[in-house]
Amino acid sequence: MATEPIAKEVAGSCVDSYGSAIGMPQLCFDWFPNQIFWLVITLVVIFLVLSRVALPRIAAILAERQGTITNDLAAAEDLKAKAVEAEEAYNKALADARAEAQRIAAEARAEIQAGLDDAIAKADAEIAAKAAESERAIADIRAGALESIQVVAKDTAAELVTALGGEADAKAIDSAVDAQMKG
Amino acid sequence: MATETTAAEGSSLVFHPMDQFIVKPLFGDGAVGMFTITNVTLWLFLAIVAVVLLLVLPTSKRAIVPSRTQSIAELTYGFVYKMLEDICGKDGVKFFPYVMTLFMFIVSANFLGLIPTSFTTTSHFAVTIPLALAVFLTVTVLGFVKNGTAFLGLFWVSSAPLALRPILAVIELISYFVRPVSHSIRLAGNVMAGHAVIKVFAGFAAVAVISPVSVLAITAMYGLEVLVAFIQAYVFTILTCVYLKDALHPSH
Repeated sequence: MATEPIAKEVAGSCVDSYGSAIGMPQLCFDWFPNQIFWLVITLVVIFLVLSRVALPRIAAILAERQGTITNDLAAAEDLKAKAVEAEEAYNKALADARAEAQRIAAEARAEIQAGLDDAIAKADAEIAAKAAESERAIADIRAGALESIQVVAKDTAAELVTALGGEADAKAIDSAVDAQMKG
Repeated sequence: MATETTAAEGSSLVFHPMDQFIVKPLFGDGAVGMFTITNVTLWLFLAIVAVVLLLVLPTSKRAIVPSRTQSIAELTYGFVYKMLEDICGKDGVKFFPYVMTLFMFIVSANFLGLIPTSFTTTSHFAVTIPLALAVFLTVTVLGFVKNGTAFLGLFWVSSAPLALRPILAVIELISYFVRPVSHSIRLAGNVMAGHAVIKVFAGFAAVAVISPVSVLAITAMYGLEVLVAFIQAYVFTILTCVYLKDALHPSH
């Protein structure tokens, strides 16, 4: 706000002689060419700055970020699949190992069973052999005993006959004893 | 109180709320010609600087993980891009640099105008009328180039009863030609009114008794003006998008 009056031709029709606005400066058409001229330049400059530099750059940044995110997600998906695969392999290995262990245990059990069966059979056979031998020995003893009894009986009979005053006839005694033994 | 006011009116209580809008040469005291470098020039160019500071410099590193300032640039980009895409669809996207230029210029100029003692370029019809006319001409030319005479279907409301259609056509035609007027006056009017009101309150601050009220009022108005600065830029841009949609898809 100038305090001293200014020349009318400089101020134009929109400003009074004290530098104050007359009415609305917005409606002062003296200034329109100036404002429009600089506005157009400004808009063109902003448009060029935006369309040549700023907007493509920001678009590129956003696209690149989107790409990075997509790639990272894909990589994560990959890694997840790998983890699942690894877990499956681990489980399979575990199952294999378990089956192998069971197989070995069964084999060992079968081997032991076979050995055991062998030993039992051998023992049975031995026992049978021993039993047969014993039976034979018993039979021998029994036969021996019978013979001894015959001999003793014959001798006793002969002695008895002799003692009774008879003549011991060996043949008759034998047959008599045999007949008795059989009876 | 009354005597005080009357006394003050004589000396210090002087209102010149419109003086802030006077265009004057930046150097010397000459008349304002077409190519004179004026305060308008200065603040228009500062708007360019603001756009560069907001969108170009922060993105120069092209970081995948953005810094705060780059984030703001990206958000601004996304804000306008989404607005345009939501309203005009995919084929509106090629007008993005144009719409972005309008939004960035208006928002920068509005906020620069909120700096005390600054000059608000968007408070002038000489600035907003060319902006609105450019949109109007773009939409009209684009509408006829893209759709031929089918663009006139914009005025023929085929969903209305036949008897009403001629009347509606007249109304539609008038509303179509009123668009650039409302489009430009809305922006300049809102910005100018707010600034003028702040200046009026500032004039009252010279009176000691009411100056606290005046300062409070200025603060409140300033807060409102911050809101208006953004909302008017947003409204101007979204209306541009709506008008562009009319040109691209003239059917109702």
